[in-house]
Amino acid sequence: MHMADALISPAVGGVMWVASAGLIGYCSKKMKEEVDNSKIPLMGVIGAFIFAAQMINFTIPATGSSGHIGGGMILAILLGPNAAFLTMASVLTVQALFFADGGLLALGCNIFNLGFFPCFVAYPLIYKRIVGNNPSEKLIMTGAIIAAVVGLQLGAFFVVLETLVSGISSLPFGTFVLLVQPIHLAIGIVEGLATAAVVLFVWKSRPEILQPCVSLKAVNGYSIKGVLVGFVAATLVTGCTLSWFASAHPDGLEWAMFKTAGVEELAGPEDGVHSSLATLQEKIAFLPGYGFKSGETHSLEEEAQVWPAIDPGTSMSGLVGGLLTLCLTLLIGVVVKHRKAIV
Amino acid sequence: MRERFTGARLFICPGYIKDMATFEKNLFDIGYMDTLALGTTGLHRLDPRAKLITTLIFVTMVVSLGKYEISMMVPFVIYPLAMIVSGELPFGYLFKKILLVAPFAILIGIFNPLLDRQALVQIGSMSISGGWISFFSIMIRFGLTVGAALVLISLTGFNSVCMGLEKLGVPRPFVVQLLFLYRYLFVLIDEASRMARARSLRAFGSGRMQFKIFVPLIGQLLLRTLDRAQRIHLAMCCRGFDGYISMNRTMKFGFKEIRFTLAWSLLFLCFRSHNIPLEMGELIGGYLR
Repeated sequence: MHMADALISPAVGGVMWVASAGLIGYCSKKMKEEVDNSKIPLMGVIGAFIFAAQMINFTIPATGSSGHIGGGMILAILLGPNAAFLTMASVLTVQALFFADGGLLALGCNIFNLGFFPCFVAYPLIYKRIVGNNPSEKLIMTGAIIAAVVGLQLGAFFVVLETLVSGISSLPFGTFVLLVQPIHLAIGIVEGLATAAVVLFVWKSRPEILQPCVSLKAVNGYSIKGVLVGFVAATLVTGCTLSWFASAHPDGLEWAMFKTAGVEELAGPEDGVHSSLATLQEKIAFLPGYGFKSGETHSLEEEAQVWPAIDPGTSMSGLVGGLLTLCLTLLIGVVVKHRKAIV
Repeated sequence: MRERFTGARLFICPGYIKDMATFEKNLFDIGYMDTLALGTTGLHRLDPRAKLITTLIFVTMVVSLGKYEISMMVPFVIYPLAMIVSGELPFGYLFKKILLVAPFAILIGIFNPLLDRQALVQIGSMSISGGWISFFSIMIRFGLTVGAALVLISLTGFNSVCMGLEKLGVPRPFVVQLLFLYRYLFVLIDEASRMARARSLRAFGSGRMQFKIFVPLIGQLLLRTLDRAQRIHLAMCCRGFDGYISMNRTMKFGFKEIRFTLAWSLLFLCFRSHNIPLEMGELIGGYLR
């Protein structure tokens, strides 16, 4: 489920970073406004709980696999959306840094996929609607399972979109969706079941724990509506930004198809693809901080020209040079290490 | 080093049971990386911001290379390698950690050779398809980006990275959240592992955790966690907590930091704009001819 740095392009990584950073900023501001600072240690410790709880797996009968609780939904139920999003973001940051789950550039994608959807879409729109103000066993069960499934499905769909827009993987859209969504449906049901069971356990033994989120709304006049409007706007902005890439993407696939079809054909239709890729490049180029897309070095369109024209000489030079560079790098490493040992 | 650390923090049960192995492995991993960050080399002493910025530039440069790029990626190996060597980090350990998380990248990448069969490179009579090239490209960029992140944390340590983040403008509540999470990670993993151990000892080492046992176990852990959070909050209020954790450590972005960031960034820029291995290969090829 975690996106990896290796599969995304800087443009996608950058857009998702901006989206996630914006959400973190927004949630932090909301947290600062809250008078009660008892939530601060609570968030930290519960984040650590998510970590620990995910290491305990239960066996799923008759399948030979195992499941654990999902993070986002249980956090949203216990802490409310803002605090839950910050907690989830911190969990993912620690995972990226220590367990190399995902990566630094993909962190924005991961926070958005695994944090935004459960906390700001599935929780307010599904769980809260179903459970309402007077929770019962049945309502909590249904709400948690459906919300977990929907949250995970949306997240998985975004993984597909981000991977496709980046264009590093050759998987076509249909295959990828068919590959990812059903798997995450199964995972979502298992996670939802576990989440619901744990929430029920807590609700039965200490019902007051699940109260604060409900009463907070009444006491502080905390309106979920305003938050939602903000996030719908944010989603739209992000969606529009992403759709630039998305609309240009079929051309990318076309380009891949030309490439598979044959080398000779490439010379003719190249212009159309070339220009559409060039516009894509222009669009990417005005994202701040990623200015190396000027097209003079190794951008997609150049590869379309350079790579399919098989030139044994170039390949050979690349291979020899590559090996040589690797040897040189290793040599530098060994020399420095050796010098250190002597000193 | 490893021996001492294992002895200090972990108690290995003589009856070795599967759950515990993964638990203690995880705990050991986080703790070990923090021990590495206690090193005293010049790189360890560098301001965390310099390392953070350089790592981000490195990752962006590597990721921005084209889908079929392999040769241009090779020179980038120098950065993690240089950090490992001059930061005196254990190469084997970090390499193993990278391999451990490789399956995801392999899973997505392996479809490339199946779908993209157009020959791209010709070496002698052997031709290699674009799919394989892009697969290896994915694996190399995976190794480089993951390696850079691991090197960053084992040279800097998590608390310093958080302080660096705060100085770079990350909102304070989020930084406080990261620090709290990290502080209680060990405590809660310990607690969870004690509960899992108790269960498996009572189940005579049966590795299977039934759902009806799993739920009260996790629920209980959650209740304990909530109680703990309350106790912590009270203790913190007694010590005058006002919503922030004050950090009394000066950080200086001086000449050394500027030099480090600039030099590496320029080098990455050079790797990114010139295909050095190709040029070198051509030079040698021309010379031989």
